[in-house]
Amino acid sequence: MTNIHSTAAQMSEALSEGSITSVELTEAHLVQIEKVDSKVHAFLHVDRENALAQARDVDAKRKSGEKLSALAGVPLALKDVLAQKGVPTTCGSKMLEGWRPPYDSTVVAKLKQSGVVILGKTNMDEFAMGSSTENSAYGPTHNPWDLTRIPGGSGGGSAAALASFEAPLAIGTDTGGSIRQPAAVTGTVGVKPTYGAVSRYGLVAFSSSLDQAGPCARTVLDTALLHEVIAGYDQMDSTSINAPVPQVVTAAKKLDVKGLKIGVVKELSGEGYQAGVQQRFNEALDELVKAGAEIVEVSCPNFEYALAAYYLIAPSEASSNLARFDSMRYGLRVGDDGKTSAEEVMNLTRHEGFGAEVKRRIILGTYALSSGYYDAYYGSAQKVRTLLIRDYQAAFAKADVLVSPTCPTTAFKLGENVDNPVAMYLNDIATIPVNMAGIGGMSLPCGLAPEDGLPVGFQIMSPAMKDDLMYQVGGTLEAALVSKWGKTLLSEIPALAGK
Amino acid sequence: MAGISRDEVAHLARLARIEMSDSELDHLATQLDSILVAVASVQEVAQADVSPTSHPLPLTNVIREDLVRPSLTSDEALSGAPAKVDHRFKVPQILGEE
Repeated sequence: MTNIHSTAAQMSEALSEGSITSVELTEAHLVQIEKVDSKVHAFLHVDRENALAQARDVDAKRKSGEKLSALAGVPLALKDVLAQKGVPTTCGSKMLEGWRPPYDSTVVAKLKQSGVVILGKTNMDEFAMGSSTENSAYGPTHNPWDLTRIPGGSGGGSAAALASFEAPLAIGTDTGGSIRQPAAVTGTVGVKPTYGAVSRYGLVAFSSSLDQAGPCARTVLDTALLHEVIAGYDQMDSTSINAPVPQVVTAAKKLDVKGLKIGVVKELSGEGYQAGVQQRFNEALDELVKAGAEIVEVSCPNFEYALAAYYLIAPSEASSNLARFDSMRYGLRVGDDGKTSAEEVMNLTRHEGFGAEVKRRIILGTYALSSGYYDAYYGSAQKVRTLLIRDYQAAFAKADVLVSPTCPTTAFKLGENVDNPVAMYLNDIATIPVNMAGIGGMSLPCGLAPEDGLPVGFQIMSPAMKDDLMYQVGGTLEAALVSKWGKTLLSEIPALAGK
Repeated sequence: MAGISRDEVAHLARLARIEMSDSELDHLATQLDSILVAVASVQEVAQADVSPTSHPLPLTNVIREDLVRPSLTSDEALSGAPAKVDHRFKVPQILGEE
């Protein structure tokens, strides 16, 4: 029986067999959203009518015998940082409240083309800046495993929607871990593809040299299916990679890692890593060994500087990117009484439209880019970026993929780090190096930490343009763990999920 | 190197076109101080012989053919405008009175 607890692959099969229609499937998810979202708050906007219209359209095409793509008719939750024509797109900010983009982002255009049903827009830290979704101007999202805890960020809404069975698929974006960290703390799967693999056209920019959209789901295979829908060269993004998309679905189904070398990054463990996180990570390594992989230790000595470099580069690019929110062409405008100057209107609008974290990063970036400090801060951070790339090159010479815990801890409590930016930033310590080098990264669940019963994420990193490798290792590990547990991790989620 | 004054934050806020209250400036100066201490470590390893990386992909001058393509209509382009007149964006005054 196909229901909201099925995987996207199972839903796809049931749809093509005709045992369920897309309208039925979409309605079932809309009912679940109605039931649980007042507690979880994964969605900022539920697009009921459009979703049902898309579903009806797919059903009609299927009935007429039209050849459809694998995920046609399967529902999806879209992070509110991607433009969807005519549908509110806020980026979690008051600055864009009520804005309805006049165009589709490439990701949305590809989803529509494949017949994926977009249920609505998910909550996020304002302009994707944060690790807890608490920086959303519309209130935080709650972790379905424990409603008093964070769902991760910035894509906490997308991850929470998956974990609470409001959607089987979701889109996230990852600048320093915003797909992988939410996946880790909610027991779901999230992939940041190689930089340039998925078009950034219509993705509201935070840090252009780091931002990358990617697939989120509850299984490795489902993320792979979604990956193949959204990836590919796009003329509208000048940093899009003009090369074939790696065969990630085939890789996810391989279930074999014999002869692969898996490098454990020495620097991403030890001090600061919760005992239960480390334990589950080590147990997962054992499974990979049993499956025939060879484990090697690798050292990336410059990783200790990655976080510092990231918190100079990302705010610097953000301070420039977010200059576009000037109240002239779209978005909020404050204080325009016919007498106030344009400059003063900008000042007032940006005061009111941006939240504390966004202001903090714009000011930090403005500082790092100002003359006199540029070389010491931004310039040095760019050099660290080179060193990180060299570390990865050396490590990938010894191993096919690299692994680490996705986050040093399980989900922390809502409110715990709200006014302590440095502590909050530390949560991204293992995910950030991936963005800095532009390589691929995946997080999949590897168990519940014994001390708090919360999900632990296992991170797999693959060289640029070899995203298939992380899917191969992730798919194999997932199969081994699920067979060891005798069930999936999410089957243990509390009553909220309708179990 | 680190150490940022309230006046400096006020100057940065002016550059970034963000109005800030006195209490916001005080709070931010303290927080930026601690952030700058945390990020100053990049200077330890940024040797002169290391070249900077601004972007993960080695791309230069990505251009497309100069062809006329469909684009937004002026109504679509103006659909999110806070204020408009005829087919134009209406903005607050940019020059002074005289």
